Amino acid sequence: MTLALFILALLILGSAAVAMALRNLIYSALLLIGSWAGIAAFYLWAGAEFVAFAQVLIYVGAISMVVLFAVLLTKQGHAPEPVEFTSLSRFITGLIAGGGVAGVLLGAILGMPLDVRTAQAAPSLTVKELGARLMGPHTASLLVIGLLLTVALLGAVLLASDKRPDQPEDAP
Amino acid sequence: MSPLQLCLILSSLLFCIGLVAVMSRGNAILVLLGVELMLNAANINFIAFWRYGPHPEAGTGIIFVLFSIAAAAAEAAVGFALVIAIYRHQQNIRLQEANRLKG
Repeated sequence: MTLALFILALLILGSAAVAMALRNLIYSALLLIGSWAGIAAFYLWAGAEFVAFAQVLIYVGAISMVVLFAVLLTKQGHAPEPVEFTSLSRFITGLIAGGGVAGVLLGAILGMPLDVRTAQAAPSLTVKELGARLMGPHTASLLVIGLLLTVALLGAVLLASDKRPDQPEDAP
Repeated sequence: MSPLQLCLILSSLLFCIGLVAVMSRGNAILVLLGVELMLNAANINFIAFWRYGPHPEAGTGIIFVLFSIAAAAAEAAVGFALVIAIYRHQQNIRLQEANRLKG
């Protein structure tokens, strides 16, 4: 059980770290897709099957396509543009800040008396129960998130479209 | 060390990888990917506390993660549309040069 968690953590953290350090954006995007698939496997390990499938559908399926299209649409020239670290001092500052945050978080986690029932069986929540909860007590949030998605996607299309609002399509 | 602590350590490290990427890279796409990594780390936390916390049958963690994934998808769509708009304007996506709101 714990061994599987270690393997998954190695997959997730390794591919995420290598993706963020690489200079080729395509390789970074592909490695991040691997990391997101590892996170979906973690959800399966934790017993949240529906979230795992949602993660696969949305991250591995949809957001990865958006990322790849953004990389391809913003490519300059024929050769893949190597992405430089902007400056060494900036990189070192980011590393110090990230390391500091990691140290604080790890110290807090290891020092916290987390009183949990580790021997309990994995809780099971079927999709039917989940749907009943979504459509029962959480209906308002479901409607709000649907509205948010619609508005955000319309805004994304408007932002990325080439047309200016003052130039109608049928102008001569 | 309990499994909950292992899950929390995993999510903290993932969060910090995203944080370092956001702070040290100048490429807009990599910065957005770092933000996505941080959101995923938060989702891992929700699932871990749902799994090992009290009352897992309520399913609050799972429902929160579903809404969080939807919000992250909306954020990614708008973010990459902005990247494409910036590229159309200045022909590259370096964040240091993107210092005008109107152009």
